[in-house]
Amino acid sequence: MKTVFKRTPSLRDRVTHYCPGCGHGIAHRLVAETIDELDIRSKVIGIAPVGCAVLAYDYLDIDMVEVAHGRAPAVATGMKRTNPDKIIFSYQGDGDLAAIGTAEIIHAAHRGEQITVIFINNAVFGMTGGQMAPTTLIGQVTTTTPLGREADNQGWPLQMSELLAVLPGTNYIERCSLHDVGHIRETKKAIKHAFELQVSGAKGLSLVEVLSPCPTAWHMSPAKSLKWIEKEMTKVFPLGRLKG
Amino acid sequence: MSKRILMSGNEALAEAAIVAGLDAYFGYPITPQNEIPAYMSRRMPEEGRVFLQSESELAAINMVYGAAATGKRAMTSSSSPGISLMQEGISYLAGAELPAVVVNVMRGGPGLGNISPSQSDYFQSTRGGGHGDYRTIAMGPASVQELVDCMLLAFDLADLYRMTVLILADGILGQMMEPVVIEKKPGRKLPPKDWALTGIEGRKQNIIRSLYLGEGVMEKLNYKLQEMYKQIEENEVICEEYKVDDAEIVVVAYGTTSRIVRSAVEQARKEGIKAGLIRPVTLWPFPTKQISKAAEDFKIFLTVEMSCGQMMEDVKLAVNGKSPVFFYGRTGGMVPTVDNVFEKIRELSIPAKKKEK
Repeated sequence: MKTVFKRTPSLRDRVTHYCPGCGHGIAHRLVAETIDELDIRSKVIGIAPVGCAVLAYDYLDIDMVEVAHGRAPAVATGMKRTNPDKIIFSYQGDGDLAAIGTAEIIHAAHRGEQITVIFINNAVFGMTGGQMAPTTLIGQVTTTTPLGREADNQGWPLQMSELLAVLPGTNYIERCSLHDVGHIRETKKAIKHAFELQVSGAKGLSLVEVLSPCPTAWHMSPAKSLKWIEKEMTKVFPLGRLKG
Repeated sequence: MSKRILMSGNEALAEAAIVAGLDAYFGYPITPQNEIPAYMSRRMPEEGRVFLQSESELAAINMVYGAAATGKRAMTSSSSPGISLMQEGISYLAGAELPAVVVNVMRGGPGLGNISPSQSDYFQSTRGGGHGDYRTIAMGPASVQELVDCMLLAFDLADLYRMTVLILADGILGQMMEPVVIEKKPGRKLPPKDWALTGIEGRKQNIIRSLYLGEGVMEKLNYKLQEMYKQIEENEVICEEYKVDDAEIVVVAYGTTSRIVRSAVEQARKEGIKAGLIRPVTLWPFPTKQISKAAEDFKIFLTVEMSCGQMMEDVKLAVNGKSPVFFYGRTGGMVPTVDNVFEKIRELSIPAKKKEK
């Protein structure tokens, strides 16, 4: 029998801890495929965030470090500056990157660190049970916005990619989504491009923001979650290339 | 650099770190340690190594964490408020079993405090400092040469035990110029860093982590760390005893304060008071055995610190009720004088003399 599709070597075959309908599994696979396609497994180091993806190293069969909440870009800086020949990437959620780690991502970008950031935006703190994130939409109900987020009280959804795109230290910023197959393929292309830039030695930080479903915290079915990304999230977080 | 030269404490610390094989320095400005990053910003690029000014102390310690995770020798330096900010990272370094060297040129606190000399970060330095069951090796050198010697040793201890080593100084030691020899000495035999993240090349995945969710797994790691800490307490204590053998009053002091105390002890001896000094160089591991031994035959203990009495608690634990322990100190950036300390020794010597009769 001819094999037409197989698991990419950098992705482990194991039972997932992620919830049904979660986007992390897909995002992990896209990263793993990219690593294998670019043949950089022997020199890539990944950084897992605090959040659901803290266990990313259980799935990605590469050297990985787990770091304090939000500090991944600082850790990546320490790694890349001392190991310019290695490929360093961080994988961070929106609580990690857009709340507690805002200073670290802004300054890593502002210094033009040659690292790649995969930024998973699911508009909520997932691991802690669905609290409001900086990216939570206006009106979105979370455990800490029981009546829905109000701009007057909690501010507006924070658009990190737009913020980072204006910094001269970033070389590529693109926002993608996992809500259907076409967009997953677009996300793969973006992730691959972001890594390729680092491999080529291009100056600056590359970041791919990935709109990703969290059916559990959103209290929606997986199918409805995908629709919600398409109909609601993309209005606030428009897809496309913002830089590079 | 093996000749004797005149250097300030802060610059000598920086040069010693370079001689010790420092690969990367990360730091954020704060007084009174700014000469360290200034020196590093010039010397590290000369050596083809990494200097980076970070956006915060949080970032600095995490940059150290990143470099250390790849097996590089990395350090940062700061002063008390900045070290408080770094405690998150230091706790993670402990959990992830990563080596690092951190210099704390202490200043008066709490809060923003002031920039004057202080030793009020003793508790923070010797009790772990951040969250969780862990320790950091803490050294409190007393001269510019000893700052250098401690720095040369610090990187070896950090690598050997895979933990954070703190070097404590203050504004006086940092600014003071003294002659020093900065020379690479034969170091410890160190195990290979086969845990370091270098990319998978002919081996299995390396993971550096401090999250252990499985039942009892974190406890097991903590017991392993505690076992190692016991070995450190057994093997790594550094302590100087000065005229302790016949002393009736033993003063315990470290760092800058120990120099003031030494003069006061001399003055007391001239006045016929049998005073001595125990000077811990390592604050953790603490010279518990040495102090306990000195307390065997009844002596009076006096702890002198630039704090409200922090090391005093360790002295009391070591003495364990065998002798009385008194305290003298200044706080909030104030420095005790030789006369102050001598006066306290004299006051305490009166019952000691009575006992003799």
